[in-house]
Order: sequence, then structure tokens, then C-alpha cells
Amino acid sequence: MNTRKIIALTIVAAGSTVASLPAAADAEHRAKALEIIKRDFQPRGQAGVDRLAEDGLQAICNRTGNNPPEYIAKRMEADQLATVKLPADGKLLGDWKEGEKIAQSGRGFTWTDNPGLPVGGNCYNCHQISPKELSFGTIGPSLFQYGKLRGNTPDIQKYTYSKIWNAKGFNLCSEMPRFGHVGALSEQQVGHLVALLLDPASPVNK
Amino acid sequence: MRIIIAFAAAIAFGVSPQLTFAQPSPAKAPAKVQKKAPAAATPAVEEPDEATKEFEKFRAQMEDSNPAELFEMKGEELWKQKRGPKNVALAESCDLGQGVGVVKGAYVGTPRYFADADAVMDAERRIVWCMVEKQGFKFDDIAKNPFHRENDPGAPDITNLVTYVAAHSKDMKIAVPLDHPRVHDAYETGKEIVNYRAGPYDFSCNTCHGSDGKRIRMQNLPNISTGKGAIKGVQGWPGYRMTGGVMLTHQWRMNDCFRQQRFPSPKYASDVVSDLLTYMIGNANGQIYRGPGIKR
Repeated sequence: MNTRKIIALTIVAAGSTVASLPAAADAEHRAKALEIIKRDFQPRGQAGVDRLAEDGLQAICNRTGNNPPEYIAKRMEADQLATVKLPADGKLLGDWKEGEKIAQSGRGFTWTDNPGLPVGGNCYNCHQISPKELSFGTIGPSLFQYGKLRGNTPDIQKYTYSKIWNAKGFNLCSEMPRFGHVGALSEQQVGHLVALLLDPASPVNK
Repeated sequence: MRIIIAFAAAIAFGVSPQLTFAQPSPAKAPAKVQKKAPAAATPAVEEPDEATKEFEKFRAQMEDSNPAELFEMKGEELWKQKRGPKNVALAESCDLGQGVGVVKGAYVGTPRYFADADAVMDAERRIVWCMVEKQGFKFDDIAKNPFHRENDPGAPDITNLVTYVAAHSKDMKIAVPLDHPRVHDAYETGKEIVNYRAGPYDFSCNTCHGSDGKRIRMQNLPNISTGKGAIKGVQGWPGYRMTGGVMLTHQWRMNDCFRQQRFPSPKYASDVVSDLLTYMIGNANGQIYRGPGIKR
């Protein structure tokens, strides 16, 4: 965590030295917005005001309109990817039926959610996945036939697991949350989602 | 009041029995959609949302008996009565930007800059300001429970007042005075608030509301950076929500967006909400506001 912050700061410093870091479109109003955000929120339920602070990645994405220069993006993506925690037993493919349940649930992390209960994957909020579920969102791409199109190889399993654990390892300013990285989903839960996407028996690949 | 609302609900179910007013259940799509969508559909963004279309039909039929009118009537009483420690009526003391006591066009003319408060305020915040400064109510008392909650015997006074004021902008053009430097400033700050990603899921307002044709589950998401999208974010607020039978304001909607963003709670009637509303309502400038609405 600290290493990541230090690296991020170093990159920012380097960027400003060579004046190649794109400036925010409107630095004055951005500063004002930050001041207001800091002042005008109060903690509620599990949502504390600490959530308003940007981490290194959010800061870079916010300051560059989600389009950081390649040399920053590549280094920070590698940094994010290094945070991916693989299951201790090395088993990346869980139970697709459990994965479907996790994909359906959108609960967790809001001020009305009980922090003691498990967090859902929110997957259907943004993605088409199983053809049986027609109530799906379109913020992310369709994942229907995800495994059929890619194959269920160890490399694809590792990529899929890592993408769910920390999507920012592949696309620094991706819209997708870092589910494993922020502690929303466990190694086992991510494995179940990998199975939903890759298991030939999953309805996703029928 | 309860009888009329129950009646309204009865009409709703009579008109379109397949329509549910609850948020889409995580596990089920509306029956009507299931029938029409092909089994292995790729996400068709342009595909019309059947549930929304059905609801629009119902909304049109409800136009003459919108339960929001009940809250509007209560708001009119509150506006005209002498109230508060100072025993003053808002009708004789409160300037919403169109002159003291004038409600016509006030809702579509806000957010605007108010020199006496030295702040850019949306309609709800301005009415709160008047209740505090002119009538002598305590801000903390109003801010403690500012929104209508399920099972409350009625809506808070502020919600009734907002509904009354909003009703007097029905069928008028939205006209946020963006050429005023302070309003322009609030608009630009609001734009930055909308861009700001933070929290456990790295969400900003734009994650859901920054591009066209996006959905969460079956719910269409307006792109508030465009005129066409922004008016969708403005229309129908304040609105009577069938689920829970509550009257909810635009301030409430912003509050609930921040909840879903996994942010902490915005302070009631604060700059962060006023600036956000200045950006969104400002983007809807020139379009017709249809008055208090009905929500699922």
C-alpha cells in the first residue's frame, strides 16, 4: 500500500518536472470541488468520510480525465496487478452456481448496508452474463459466452481471476471496481465468479 | 389522503397489472421483457425499455390525479401561514429569486445566486434559508430528518413547500441564470464534483451518468452532461414514489445517488448538492419542466 503511494507520488513528481502530465481541464474549480467535498459530507452507517480521500490511482485518473499518459498507466497497472492475491491452494476455478449467486447480489458498502453481511459482486448491474438473466446492465461489456470464446485454459483462468480481483491491473482507469483489492470479495468468491465465466457447464458457455 | 393514495395505487395496478413499482428485483426481469427479448441477446442499448414505456402510459393517465397535489396543497398552506418563532409567513418574506412571495417560475429559475445569503442555492435550500432567517426555525431541526420516510405520518414541511413551489413552474422553461459569475462558478465546480472518483468502488457520478445509452440492470441511466439526459434527471422531481408512498425531492435524489456511489452522506442543503444541481439543471436549460411527478 505504502509502496504504491510512494510510486504514485514519484510518478506525479516526475510528471510535473517534465511538464508532460496533462493538467486537469479546470484546476481552479477542481480545487474548489475538493474543498467542498471535504467540507460537505458527514459519516453515515459504514460510510465514513475517509472514503472521500483519493488513493494514488484515483488521483491520477481524476486529474487526467481517466486518460493518463501511457508511461504512467503502464507502471501503475503493473503496480495494481502485483496486488492480486491468488488462492493459497492454487485452485482458480470454483463453483459456477455459487458464482451466479454472487453475480446477482448488488449489496454492500452503502450506508444502508449491514457491514457484517457478505458483499455481492454487482456483476449483473453492469454486464450481461448468463442468458437466463435478462435484467442486466450495459455499463460493462457482455460476458455471455465468455469462456466459449476464450477457452478454459490456465492462462485465461488467471487473467479472469486477476481482472475481477483488480481490474485496474489491466486498464488503469477502468470503470470496474477492484473487488478483491478493496476486500469486497474473497479469493474463494472470485474463484466462483471465474467458474461462472469459464466452466463449460456454466449457462454462460452453453 | 391515505384513501386517495390507495386509490391511485389501485388504478395503477388495474391499468397495467404486469407493472411492479418496486425497484427491479435482482433475480427477475419484468415479465413483459422476458417475453420479448431473444434468449441470447447481446446488450441492445437502443432497445426500448418496456417497463419504462408502460410506466409512462400510466403516468399520463395519472396526470389529473397525481398524489403530489396533496403535498402541494399542504405546502400552499405552509407557505401562506404565519409560522415559526418570528410568526412570519414565507409568502410575505421569502424571495425565491422572482420577488418576495412570488412562487411562479421560482423552481425553474433555480439554482441561482442570492445576494442576501451570498450563496448559490437550489429551490429547496433557499426555502430552508427563508425558514431559518425569516421565520426563525432552527436549521438543525429541519436538517435532522429532511426527507419523507416510509411510515412517516406525512412529508416534512420542507418537502410540502418544495412541492408547492415546484408546481408553480409546471410547463415552464428551465432557466438557470448561468451567465451570472457566481452561478457559472457553481456550475463549473459541480462539473468537477460529477467527475470525482473516490470510495471503495472508485465511482464518480459519471460512472453511471456520464455517457449515453447505459443501464444498471433494466434501469436506464440519463447522461446528465447532455441537455437530453439532464432533463431526464430533473423531470419528475419532486416526485411521489409509489414504492413506500413517499414524496421525495431532488435533494433526496442526490442524497441517494451518493449512497449508491458508496460515499458518505452529503450534508443537507450544502454547497456540494447545490453545485451538483446547478450543473445538472443548468444543462437542462431551455427545456420544459413538467411539474411534480410520479416515480416508481
